[in-house]
Amino acid sequence: MVEDKNVERRQRFAARVRSLMLRLLVVWFVVSFGFGILLVEPLNEIRLGGYKLGFWFAQQGSIFIFIALIFAFSSVMTRLERDYVDGEKESGK
Amino acid sequence: MSLTVLTYLVVGFTFALYIGIAIATRASSTKDFYVADGGVHPVANGMATAADWMSAASFISMAGLIALSYNGYGGSVFLMGWTGGYVLLALLIAPYLRKYGKYTVPDFIGERYYSDTARVVAVICLILCSVTYVIGQMKGVGVAFSRFLETDYETGLGIGMFIVFFYAVLGGMKGITYTQIAQYVVLITAYTIPAIFISLQLTGNPLPQLGLGSTLAGSDVYLLDKLDMILVDLGFQEYTTTLRGSTLNMMAFTASLMIGTAGLPHVIIRFFTVPSVAAARRSAGWALVFIAILYATAPAIAAMARLNIIDTMQQSDGQTLLIAEKPAWFENWEQTGLLQVEDLNGDGRIEYTADPKTNELTKLDNDILVLANPEIAQLPNWVIALVAAGGLAAALSTAAGLLLAISSAISHDLLKSTYMPSISEKAELRASRIAMAAAVLGAGYLGLNPPGFAAGTVALAFGLAASSLFPALLMGIFARRVNREGAVAGMLAGISVTLLYVFQHKGIMFIPGTSFLGNMPPNWFFRIEPNAFGVVGAIVNFVVALAVSRISAPPPSEVEELLEFLHEPSSAASQAPPRAAH
Repeated sequence: MVEDKNVERRQRFAARVRSLMLRLLVVWFVVSFGFGILLVEPLNEIRLGGYKLGFWFAQQGSIFIFIALIFAFSSVMTRLERDYVDGEKESGK
Repeated sequence: MSLTVLTYLVVGFTFALYIGIAIATRASSTKDFYVADGGVHPVANGMATAADWMSAASFISMAGLIALSYNGYGGSVFLMGWTGGYVLLALLIAPYLRKYGKYTVPDFIGERYYSDTARVVAVICLILCSVTYVIGQMKGVGVAFSRFLETDYETGLGIGMFIVFFYAVLGGMKGITYTQIAQYVVLITAYTIPAIFISLQLTGNPLPQLGLGSTLAGSDVYLLDKLDMILVDLGFQEYTTTLRGSTLNMMAFTASLMIGTAGLPHVIIRFFTVPSVAAARRSAGWALVFIAILYATAPAIAAMARLNIIDTMQQSDGQTLLIAEKPAWFENWEQTGLLQVEDLNGDGRIEYTADPKTNELTKLDNDILVLANPEIAQLPNWVIALVAAGGLAAALSTAAGLLLAISSAISHDLLKSTYMPSISEKAELRASRIAMAAAVLGAGYLGLNPPGFAAGTVALAFGLAASSLFPALLMGIFARRVNREGAVAGMLAGISVTLLYVFQHKGIMFIPGTSFLGNMPPNWFFRIEPNAFGVVGAIVNFVVALAVSRISAPPPSEVEELLEFLHEPSSAASQAPPRAAH
């Protein structure tokens, strides 16, 4: 019984990690390959001060968003792992 | 005090600092030597990773590459590629390999693919990409010495080899980590100070990242608009919109640099030095913060320095620069051969245009942008000396990290794990130091011969890492069904395709005249340039590995257990010992 519950919890944890990775990688792709390369022309019509927006994403914005993505991953993973460990203690009782 | 004396003092001081740190933190055990005893703080490791990562190419060449060879927007491939790879590294590779808990990348590949053959193939791929990369650094050291300290290239290379040899061999990973932190501080200071001054002069904004998007001081014209306009007037293409090749080529180039970054062993092993899996994830974020300080500044230096150079060529009365009135820095750099002027029409003036028939600024080397930046902006001599020390720090820190990856692959993976399992810890440590010495000598030799080789090596290293190690690691972590046969066939196919493509277009070992297909867009596969080909090699690797795995026996149950362990949640605080019972 407890065993089943543990397997289920493991699978739920794995699914959460997968969906987190997938969402972050979508953002990663969109800001660099998307905004920085594929959509650069339409975005360049919009201005951010002296920057054309597509150019800004390619040379500045994507880098800042990459940093945010890694820290977001790091903190959500820490939370997911803590929840998992807490759950383990509870089910062990 | 003359500039040369000042430069000797600054560079000498930084070298003494590195050697002092190396002696104070030298390695005494193999664990110290390979992973600095696994006790490095995540922020400190992030800083060391940044120095390890940012090479002579990033420091000296990148801004010039962006501004000149890739004409602005096209250079974005380097900016996105060399930073975006850290997202892949932090999400998909580093935490899992840290959890695995062993010392080297071939360790993981050998165990995951339950095969000495896979381990040896991984060692070969690792040595190929690390040695090609280290040659580029040795060249950087040689160039920096010969320009700032007025030695010849060979002497500069020799001094660089000696310094790297001394502290990398002595200190191992522990010494290298703390030296790299010092080198990061030196290189980032040297890079940002001239950028801040130039941004202030041009736009009144001290932050180069904001200055690049600001108006020029005393006018309401945006800096980038002005640059676009002048370049078009001179017959060049627009700075902010010109593609490098095609959209597909830019995608392939960016992707190759990204996955190459996530597959370079000397970067991956840095994450073995932190105490936990959570620390490895956080550390990757810090590494990118420290890298971004330079990478977000580089495009500002690129655009501003290009504008400054064009301004120098235009007199206030609308005429071009009189040869007789050349500024002093112009003549200094002409002596190095990085800058050349030829008065084609004999009017005593220098005309800078896009048309080779009328352009009289016949040579404008990429490296000029960063190296001559302080002089162009008329900054004091100590800033120039600092730039020299920064370039050397960038080259030395990367070279040391690479040498460590090479030596641990030889002493640990080839000797201890494969051919001489009974070797004692002391003998293994000695073997890794000897391997490192041999690698230094080999890289020094290849830095000189064949002559054109060093210049092409950095891009090649990324292509090789992207096409061989990254796919093997990614599939090793996430694809349960990929087996020994698949991984070995995939790595060999990926690296061969990439090497063949680069050499067929650029010459075998980059020796001119040995290319059997011309290096021009119509001959390129889908018009993808050789430097951008790593991603195609990676795709070949994935396809071959998956196909071969499908038709051969599935991996044994131990692999299932290993994967189970890698993906098991680790509590944030625990320092899970390698392969702990679970």
